[in-house]
Amino acid sequence: MTLIMTDTPTPSLPPVKMSVRNLDFYYGKFHALKNINLDIPANRVTAFIGPSGCGKSTLLRAFNRMYELYPDQRATGEILLDGENLLTSRQDVALIRARIGMVFQKPTPFPMSIFDNIAFGVKLFERLSLIDLEERVEWALKKAALWEEVKDKLRQGGASLSGGQQQRLCIARGIAIKPELLLLDEPCSALDPISTARVEELIAELKKDYTVVIVTHNMQQAARVSDYTAYMYLGDLVEFGETEQMFFKPNRRETEDYITGRFG
Amino acid sequence: MNALPDSSTNPEVSANHKARAAFFARRKRINQAALTLSLAAMVFGVFWLMWILWETLWLGFGGLSLTLFTQSTPPPNDAGGLANALFGSFLMVAAATFIGAPIGVLSGIYLAEYHPRGALAVTVRFVNDLLLSAPSIVIGLFVYAIIVIRFQRFSGWAGAAALSLIVIPVVIRTTENMLALIPSSLREAAYALGAPKWKVILHVTLNAARAGVITGILLAVARISGETAPLLFTALNNQFWTSDLSGPTANLPVTIFQFAMSPYENWQQLAWVGVFLITLAVLGLNILARLLSRHK
Repeated sequence: MTLIMTDTPTPSLPPVKMSVRNLDFYYGKFHALKNINLDIPANRVTAFIGPSGCGKSTLLRAFNRMYELYPDQRATGEILLDGENLLTSRQDVALIRARIGMVFQKPTPFPMSIFDNIAFGVKLFERLSLIDLEERVEWALKKAALWEEVKDKLRQGGASLSGGQQQRLCIARGIAIKPELLLLDEPCSALDPISTARVEELIAELKKDYTVVIVTHNMQQAARVSDYTAYMYLGDLVEFGETEQMFFKPNRRETEDYITGRFG
Repeated sequence: MNALPDSSTNPEVSANHKARAAFFARRKRINQAALTLSLAAMVFGVFWLMWILWETLWLGFGGLSLTLFTQSTPPPNDAGGLANALFGSFLMVAAATFIGAPIGVLSGIYLAEYHPRGALAVTVRFVNDLLLSAPSIVIGLFVYAIIVIRFQRFSGWAGAAALSLIVIPVVIRTTENMLALIPSSLREAAYALGAPKWKVILHVTLNAARAGVITGILLAVARISGETAPLLFTALNNQFWTSDLSGPTANLPVTIFQFAMSPYENWQQLAWVGVFLITLAVLGLNILARLLSRHK
C-alpha cells in the first residue's frame, strides 16, 4: 500500500484488487518493462498514460497473460489478483482470463450474430438454459448501453454494427462473463467523439461493479474517466497517483512535462 | 478581394511551373506506353482464350442432347451418350474431395494456428509447395505404383486417391493463407474470454475465414474435374455404367482423350461435348467461388 501516493497519504484508501511486484517483461531480448511495482485499487478506474512504446499496453497484456500466445515474450515477477500470483498460478490460464475481461483498440466482433457474440463467452464457463442465456445477453447489452439499439436485430451479424456499436458490443461481451477486472486497451482510439463520449460514460458506470484499467493516448480522456493515473516512459513506471494530483501537481518533473505537452 | 500576390507574374515561379509541366508530360508519355504494352499483352492472351472457348462451345453445343445423360459410351459408329463417364467422374471427384478437403483444411489449420514457424510446419510447407507444382502425371504414376500394381487392377478408388493428392496441397495452401489473413486481435479477443484454443479456431478464426476456405475447396474441385493424366494410370476407363469404384471406372477426361484421338466421327463429336461439359462445370465452379469470396 505504501507504493500508492507516498507523498500524499489519504485516510480512506480503497482496497487493492491487483498488485504488481517487480515485474519485468521481455520481447525476445528487448527489455520492455523494468521492475514495475503498482497497486490497482478495487472499483476504481486506473489509467495508464505515456508516449508510444512506453510499455503501457504491454503491462495490460501481462495482466491476463495474453503475451503467452507468443513464444518469444515472457514476464518475470509477480502479478497478484486478490493475493494470488497469476504468473505462477497453477490454474488454467483460460480460467484466469475469464476473471479478467479485455477490450481492444480496434473493435473485434466475432464472425457470428450479435447474440452469439455475447453468448460465446458465457457458454464457455456456464451451462445456462436458453432463457437464462437470453437474460444474460440482455443484461450485458444493457450494461454496455447498447440494448436499445440492437434489441430488434440480435440475429444480425456483429460486423453489421457501426464502429462505436461494435466497441460497445465488445465491452458487453467482456462483462457478460462477469469478470472482476476489466482491461481496456485504447478502447476509443478508433471511435468518433460521440461514440467516445458514450464509452466514457459507460466506464464511469462500470466502476461500480468492476475494477477498470484503461490504456489511453488521450490525456484528456485519462483526466476525465480515471481515478488513478500511472505515467510510464520507456518501460519504467515514472509516477503513479490520484489522477487529480497527477494532473495538477505531479511529483516528478517528467510527468509534468508530458502532461503539459512540453514533451511527447 | 484577393490580397495574395499573383504567382504567375513571378518569373521564378513560372519557370518552376514550366519545368514541372515538362516533367509531367514525360511521365504521361511513359504511362501511355506502358498502358499500350500491357493492353497488347492482355489482348494477345485473351484472344487465344476466347478462341478456345468459342471452339469448345461451338463444336460441343451441336452434340448436346438428352441421350448424353441417359446412355453410356457407344461402340464406334453407334449412337450413345456419356452417362457412365459423367457418373464415374462425379463419383471420383466427390470421393477425392471428401478425402482431400478435410486433410487439407486440418493441415492448413495446423500450419496457420498451431506452430507456424516450427520445424514440422516449415517442412510440410516446403513439401506442400513441391506437391502443388508437381506435374499431375507424376502423381498418376505414383498411385499406379503403390495402389494399382499392388492390387493388380485399375480402380476408381485409385483414381480418387490420385485426385485427392491434387486436392490436398491446393486446400492446404488456401486454408493456411486465409487463416493467416485473420487479424491476431480477433484471436486475442477470443482468448481473452478464456476460450480454449480449439474453440477459438473453430468458432472464431475458421469461421471468419470460412468463405475463403470453401473457395479453395471449390477451386480444387474445378482443378481435378479436368485432370486426365492421374486417371489414365489409375481408374483407366470403362465402357459401361458402374457405381463400383473397385474396378476400372469410366470418367470424362480419359473418355475425351480416347474419343478425340479416335478416327470415328461419333466418338470425336462426343469428345467435343465432353470438353464442353467440363468447361461449363469449371466455369460454374469458378463463378461460384468468386461469388463466395466477394460475399465476404
